[in-house]
Amino acid sequence: MGRKILFVTTDQQRYDTLGCNGGTLARTPVVDGLAANGIRYERGHPQSVVCMPSRATMLTGQYPSTHGVWMNGVPLPLDAPSVADVLHSSGYHTALIGKPHFEPFLDPFLRFIENALAPQHGTRPPGGTHRGFEHLEFATHTPAGPLHYSRWLAAEHPEAVGWFYPVLDRALQVNAAGDGDTGAPQVHVNQVPKDWYHTQWVADRTIAWLDTLDADDDWFCWMSFPDPHHPWDPPQSEVGRIDWHDVPLPDGYPQAATERERILDTKPRHWRLWYDGELVSNYEAPAEWVPATLVPDQVREVNARNAVECELIDEALGRVLAHIGTCGWDDDVDVVFTADHGELQGDFGLLFKGPYHVDALMRLPLVWRPATSARVDPSVVHRPVGLVDLAPTFCSIAGVEAPSWMQGHALPVDDSDADKRGFERVLTEWDSELFGVGVHVRTITRDQWVCSAYRTGTVHDGSEGELYDLSDDPLQRVNRWDDPATRSIRDDLLTDLWANQPRVREPRLQLEAPV
Amino acid sequence: MTRGSVRREVVIKRPADDVWAILGDPARVHEWFTGIQSCQVDGNTRIVTTGSGLPMTEEIVTTDAIQRRFQYRITAGVFKEHLSTIDVIDLGDDTCVAVYAADADPATMALIIAGAAGSALLELRDRLEGAY
Repeated sequence: MGRKILFVTTDQQRYDTLGCNGGTLARTPVVDGLAANGIRYERGHPQSVVCMPSRATMLTGQYPSTHGVWMNGVPLPLDAPSVADVLHSSGYHTALIGKPHFEPFLDPFLRFIENALAPQHGTRPPGGTHRGFEHLEFATHTPAGPLHYSRWLAAEHPEAVGWFYPVLDRALQVNAAGDGDTGAPQVHVNQVPKDWYHTQWVADRTIAWLDTLDADDDWFCWMSFPDPHHPWDPPQSEVGRIDWHDVPLPDGYPQAATERERILDTKPRHWRLWYDGELVSNYEAPAEWVPATLVPDQVREVNARNAVECELIDEALGRVLAHIGTCGWDDDVDVVFTADHGELQGDFGLLFKGPYHVDALMRLPLVWRPATSARVDPSVVHRPVGLVDLAPTFCSIAGVEAPSWMQGHALPVDDSDADKRGFERVLTEWDSELFGVGVHVRTITRDQWVCSAYRTGTVHDGSEGELYDLSDDPLQRVNRWDDPATRSIRDDLLTDLWANQPRVREPRLQLEAPV
Repeated sequence: MTRGSVRREVVIKRPADDVWAILGDPARVHEWFTGIQSCQVDGNTRIVTTGSGLPMTEEIVTTDAIQRRFQYRITAGVFKEHLSTIDVIDLGDDTCVAVYAADADPATMALIIAGAAGSALLELRDRLEGAY
């Protein structure tokens, strides 16, 4: 009998939403407890700041350039490598419960197995496994569509289906409307009871799957919460936990418009163009929403609701961990908690995400609580690591050699281990080409610097970039890309960045849907 | 921007006439467009049924065997406007390029339709080239 693995992901959750990372808004005692007894990573970065490429990296252990999911809407090929497949082949029972998003959601032709699974096959994929998972139950941010949660809610509580936020508007664009107190986009009053909400459902279904296993089974369960990704429509019964009127504005939100605009003007041009409503480079940012219209109370309300969703996740995770305890697995379960990418949440006067490689989107919550039977001392790792390192970590936990196609390395257990094994840098990529707008960014984070180079696209001419000194500019407000005093640092980082670019998949996969 | 225009093209190592025989025949769309389960053609009207069970009524606009161009409009559902164009262009040497272009309002649908068609053309290429 080996170590079991509970892999917990959230969607679009920032580093600073956890109490163990200094967050003060949401109460997250469960994850904080895992961090206290495990390893907390100060610089865990995604390899892409949007869902599909980032999730494909977690599954494959490869960079987006290599697995080929270069932007949302590009489906991960069915024959792509999968850590779940490696574990399943090694005798692990495997399940993915919650949000998958390796294939596009917008699929009226029902071409993708993720969308066809529930109506056509239930929870068991044809052929025995799908991407290495033998059990799959899917949910996303809305009960619209064909996923398992949607079908469950429609069957059991049909009156609640219409209570959720309509993620798309009548033009099939991401909705810019909001019906909360402040008119903030994607904020919605949802009368769904807590027990019917997808966060609870993901935990319920995880517990139900665990109950199908024998005590001495080895298992890998990816429990994938759709929250706190927008829309911000948690059960209204829970919204009162945090009064948005009392929420302080985040440090990253410059309150004066002149200051916001001055900062944005020092960054590559797509920052200010989006702020002014002149350019949208990411489908998931509502096309009809102009960030310059964002007001402080809207930032407060969004952050309050985001925090409520984080609390619900923490409580749901606590419920699953308690159940694991009753199964007698306490000593043998590794828990890894992270998110696929962050959320701007008011930083620089912006919401949502896009080609903006700053801490709001890149610095993730990442906690690994090794099984107590592994006798790993608690620690905090300050060296940079990536989600690309998760797949080899799971192999290491399972005692399986990481396949050569994995490009990351098992996460270090402390800084000394990180130094010994060369955790010096972490790389993040962005590519998007949508309705005539193309943006391409490559970023390196190393030695307390973050450096982004913009390749030639429809907005950038190949000369622009960003350089931030995280040690004295933690909010990334001073772009030193063109500062002569930091030229040698910039050049050194760029040399390192280009020397370490991952293999590029050829031919390039096609964009098949917006998301 | 509410209107979108998206194009996909695939080089197929088969004679243009062979490819046109499939892409230019409105009654054979379900043979190559993954996600379309069936279709019925009645004059200039075609009704396709998608994998999700959604029926879509289409108007056949152009069937030009000389240019090898086929065009149709989806006339129901969420569309304010739609026109899809399929071209099969002879490259000589018994190869051709199949081009699918979708113009639609809302723009999202242009990408959804052309994205699905692009994937389907790749599968058709593999099937036809494998048949050699």
